[in-house]
Amino acid sequence: MNVVNVSATRPRGAIRVDLQLIADMVTDGSRVLDVGCGDGQLLDWLVHNKDVDGRGIEWSQAGVNACVRQGLSVIQGDAETDLRDYPSEAFDYVILSQTLQATFDPKTVLGEVVRIGRRAIVSFPNFGVWHIRLLLLATGKMPVTDSLDSAWYETPNIHLCTITDFVELCDDLGIVIEQAMVLDGRGRPRNLRAPGFLANLLGEQGLFVVKRR
Amino acid sequence: MSAAEPRSGAAPVAPIGSGLVLPGRRLDFPALDPLPLDCGASLGPFTIAYQTYGSLNADKSNAILVCHALTGDQFVAETHPVTGKPGWWEHFVGPGLTLDTNRYFIICVNVLGGCMGTTGPANTNPETGQPWGLTFPVITVGDMVRAQLRVIDHLGIESLFCVIGGSMGGMQVLQWAAAYPQRVFSAVPIACAARHSAQNIAFHEVGRQAIMADPEWCQGEYQREGKRPERGLSVARMAAHITYLSEAALHRKFGRSLQDRDRVSYGFDADFQVESYLRHQGSTFVERFDANSYLYITRAMDYFDLAAEHGGALVNAFRGTKTRFCLTSFTSDWLFPTAESRALVHALNAAAANVSFVEIETDKGHDAFLLDEPEFFATVSGFLNGCAEHRGLPTPPKP
Repeated sequence: MNVVNVSATRPRGAIRVDLQLIADMVTDGSRVLDVGCGDGQLLDWLVHNKDVDGRGIEWSQAGVNACVRQGLSVIQGDAETDLRDYPSEAFDYVILSQTLQATFDPKTVLGEVVRIGRRAIVSFPNFGVWHIRLLLLATGKMPVTDSLDSAWYETPNIHLCTITDFVELCDDLGIVIEQAMVLDGRGRPRNLRAPGFLANLLGEQGLFVVKRR
Repeated sequence: MSAAEPRSGAAPVAPIGSGLVLPGRRLDFPALDPLPLDCGASLGPFTIAYQTYGSLNADKSNAILVCHALTGDQFVAETHPVTGKPGWWEHFVGPGLTLDTNRYFIICVNVLGGCMGTTGPANTNPETGQPWGLTFPVITVGDMVRAQLRVIDHLGIESLFCVIGGSMGGMQVLQWAAAYPQRVFSAVPIACAARHSAQNIAFHEVGRQAIMADPEWCQGEYQREGKRPERGLSVARMAAHITYLSEAALHRKFGRSLQDRDRVSYGFDADFQVESYLRHQGSTFVERFDANSYLYITRAMDYFDLAAEHGGALVNAFRGTKTRFCLTSFTSDWLFPTAESRALVHALNAAAANVSFVEIETDKGHDAFLLDEPEFFATVSGFLNGCAEHRGLPTPPKP
């Protein structure tokens, strides 16, 4: 039987800058679970350019259908209920890109992703960035920005945190931070020591590679 | 050729419709090569009827086994030889369609216990010279799959590119994936479950009791008596047919509309269109189906419980599997609701299997898998394209 993997011969083009940063952290040929994979942009790139064994979980039916239609292995489900089934260390990387702040129970979800993945790559909007602090101080209202563009009553981001908050939660859960960086408004890395006071003040997004101690 | 090898070539023959010669292929397995059954008995000699579409490629890597549902048969994509109606998956299987016969070699086997050429209770028991009737051994989904494996072996196919089917066909897909994982590259179980629910067993029992209550059933020996339990089988079909639809679909199709009349008749004629429709479903079904086959095949579904076969934990059925799975359910299916597919997804995740799962929004109920559902077609084609890429199958020639 001639079973070949020709996927690597059809590489995909550029993806969103912040997704590209995540993609660059993933080792070739590894097993990857993308939790909250959306329309599968990152997963598709990883499968075709890095030859990963990629899986996804997506809450929205439209997202799942779009993924499966393009040949990606994605299930309809959510981080809250569907991570607990997976055996420990089933994946080399579990990706939680812009998803943690939208879960009901971020603490449990974070604990689960470092259990089922040997490493987890987590990104989230930093609520501690200076202009959000300033907006809250100046207007006395929940900040609405380019990246957090919904009013408080309709936002899916129900558990916003700052970079410092995230670092504290990792400490509580016995999670080791292997790599940390902050990104600017366009998703490009900023040359700041992270985590740290300035990173928390100037970073629009936090991007962490973490694992169980 | 040794006496233990199957003979192929002759056309299959339907035991119903006075021995109608059927299109497709047939394999006769001699008494020396019986089929061991889950009930402990073994069946031999026996015959398997199957149909194929498209052609098998040189390295035999493009074969798709389609598993049919309870009342389906091997005539997937052609005019049915008994009813003259289109094949049951004609808009799904064919050149340029989702199961593209320009690209894939499609095989569909009439299930063991069926009545379209594969040995079933309507056939003659060679030991007695009489129809098997209720002396036919009780068969299981596992037995059906074991019989299909004989065909796949005969065709020399080491690994099926895909095994696909809905409802009872989906149960066979799961059985294939659990029993012969190394021979199933990808699996598409549609609108099915890892076990038959109490409610589904209950509906089957209603159908069986309707057949057995028909005096023409003659304790299962109607063939010998020259009779047919048409009323019983028809009622069984009517009851089952309701479970294949949904309240919304029935309302959309019929509402409370009356059949060829302006007012109710104050009697028990088919006043309502929905009654007339069901009666029609029942009466056309009996032309092509054997009542005892219906008893045996429904029983096989009742007995299906994949977790029980694997020490009570469904995950054990799939441990270490390399098969790529794509599960689909339909929102309005109350016979095999989405929760059943989700339970399978959880078990497959626990086995760290490669799995996709899509729930299709439709009001058409369980039967949606047989109907024109573009979202469903797109899901299966996308999944198969991804699998074909991994297996290195060439893309089909553009028309």
